[in-house]
Amino acid sequence: MSLLKSREAILVAAILLLLAGVASRFPGFITPRNLVAVFTDTAPLVILALGQMVVILTRSIDLSVAANLALTGMVCALINVSFPGVPVAVLIALALGLGALMGAINGFFVWKLSIPPIVVTLGTMTIFRGVIFLLTNGSWVNSHQMSMAFKSFPREAILGLPVLGWVAVIVTLGLGLVMSRTTLGRAFFAVGGNPHASVYTGINVGRTQFLAFVISGMLAGLTGYLWVARYAVAYVDIAGGFELDVVAACVIGGVSIAGGVATVAGAVLGALFLGIIKNALPVIDVSPFWQLAISGAAIIIAVTFNSRAGRSKGRVILKSAEHAQ
Amino acid sequence: MKLTRLLTSVAVATGLFAGSASAEDMRIALVAKALGIGFFEAAAKGAEEAASELGDVEIIYTGPTDTTAEGQIEVINSLIAQNVDAIAVSANDTDALVPTLKKAMQRGITVISWDSGVAEEGRQMHLNPSSNPLIGNMIIKLAADHLPDGGEVAVLSATTTSTNQNIWIEEMNKAMENYPGIEVVATVYGDDLADKSYREATGLMQSYPDLDAIIAPTSVGIVAAAQAVVDAGKVGEVNVTGLGLPSEMAGAIESGASQSFAIWNPIDLGYSATMIAYHLAKGDATAEPGASIPMGRMGEVTLDDTTSGAMADPFVYDAANIADFKDIF
Repeated sequence: MSLLKSREAILVAAILLLLAGVASRFPGFITPRNLVAVFTDTAPLVILALGQMVVILTRSIDLSVAANLALTGMVCALINVSFPGVPVAVLIALALGLGALMGAINGFFVWKLSIPPIVVTLGTMTIFRGVIFLLTNGSWVNSHQMSMAFKSFPREAILGLPVLGWVAVIVTLGLGLVMSRTTLGRAFFAVGGNPHASVYTGINVGRTQFLAFVISGMLAGLTGYLWVARYAVAYVDIAGGFELDVVAACVIGGVSIAGGVATVAGAVLGALFLGIIKNALPVIDVSPFWQLAISGAAIIIAVTFNSRAGRSKGRVILKSAEHAQ
Repeated sequence: MKLTRLLTSVAVATGLFAGSASAEDMRIALVAKALGIGFFEAAAKGAEEAASELGDVEIIYTGPTDTTAEGQIEVINSLIAQNVDAIAVSANDTDALVPTLKKAMQRGITVISWDSGVAEEGRQMHLNPSSNPLIGNMIIKLAADHLPDGGEVAVLSATTTSTNQNIWIEEMNKAMENYPGIEVVATVYGDDLADKSYREATGLMQSYPDLDAIIAPTSVGIVAAAQAVVDAGKVGEVNVTGLGLPSEMAGAIESGASQSFAIWNPIDLGYSATMIAYHLAKGDATAEPGASIPMGRMGEVTLDDTTSGAMADPFVYDAANIADFKDIF
């Protein structure tokens, strides 16, 4: 437990250091109002990173999350254009369902056909984007076509925090409960930590991976609606390349690519770290030519920290499994 | 390797079938920067219009699925394999396409660039939608017209390597002396992604609290910037302008985030590029400095020393005329 604590402590320290650094160049960055804005901006990354965390935990990877997001977002936008009367709650339920369905497709191939997850999701990533083309012939859905209720839901502020931010909070708390208090959560750790041993304890490895993909897909679908409503535009390329940010957030957050090691707090902190960098670079007047290099360097430094902290990962899994009981 | 060979043979086979299906028709390929961008979809409409006017032309509208030079090279290689008569391309990179396009010209294929140009040795002529100095002047004029007392403006561009965006910004800077009191405080890049453009626009408003206008000479950027201004509650304070499509900007004009913006008509552009490619491939016009090439209903284009020419002036859209155009493109 102390090791886990220290891993997240390092991240918290890194985030505070980052904020202090940015504030020395641009003090306005750490005003509460701006921090809320940065958190809201990072909310989609947080939600997706949590889904990805579950998948990576079970020794898989989901590269199709951004494409899933784009397709679900486009479907929601198209429904809103054709039937403006459909309430947002129904759209959200639909987004969750459609996202889960796409996750289930990934999970099915991994479970029943034993195809490596990276291959499956690389394929479905392209297929999902392709389906958007088929649906729209490449045309955009623009802000004036969307209904007011559709656009305003994610930005409605409750207690000063927009709904988009609250969704990230709720997903974090919800997934935190699942990971720490349910058999399913324990199964995710067990399958990633030692798939062979978990078979002998009666866990169905394939089914567990399938469920991880369903969770990841469902969260991607939810984010799809929120994304499209927030930026008030839907087109084929939305969130292009975002899947890499999501994986990077997980890796920064101490999620082991080899599976078996992850914490909800780590994934959230990893996403926040990346989100703060993305939001800070535009305001501290860094040349755009340097921005990519800086983001990349931050990832490598964070990963270096993590790999040093994660040496004795075998013990960590057992401990977290004990706590889950 | 096997895959490449398979793809090539499929491409050749497709070419043969297409060839036998309509042996008489001239086949002109219109290559977009990427599929799925409203602007190019509209250009393809114009190309079809030209084709139906000419009668004996088949349009192949194609492009990569993302805005990369590599993607376009693949597409062009497959078009060469299909042995099309002409290729009209809007380039993702000025130089990267040159070797491939040279190969196309060696096979007797007419090659022109339009919208975003290819280096001189890689094409026979280039059709600019408008003249670059005119566009550069227009984007700063759009901002200045609403700032009689001067003010601070910032530029939100696409990627750092976008050929035409960079040229327009350069031309805009040259025109600055005509607009005293207007100061360009920053140039940032949104990479043609909605989320990054939105963040960059938000960052601009934070870094420059007195900012009066954001000029975005790119369609993803201008839409994202307008949304960022609405969300920041700065409608009326910060005017978003630049180059965008009426269908995509109608919401921003409605909300007041944008007073006006400009664009040439992409339908006219696709139409003109097709007409030019047709006449060059047919051999009844040649692409050389000083030459005039007919463009059907758009008149004629006159080529300069670099064998490029301008189609028309950019057109300004605002609350008064947006309704007429938002359903067209």
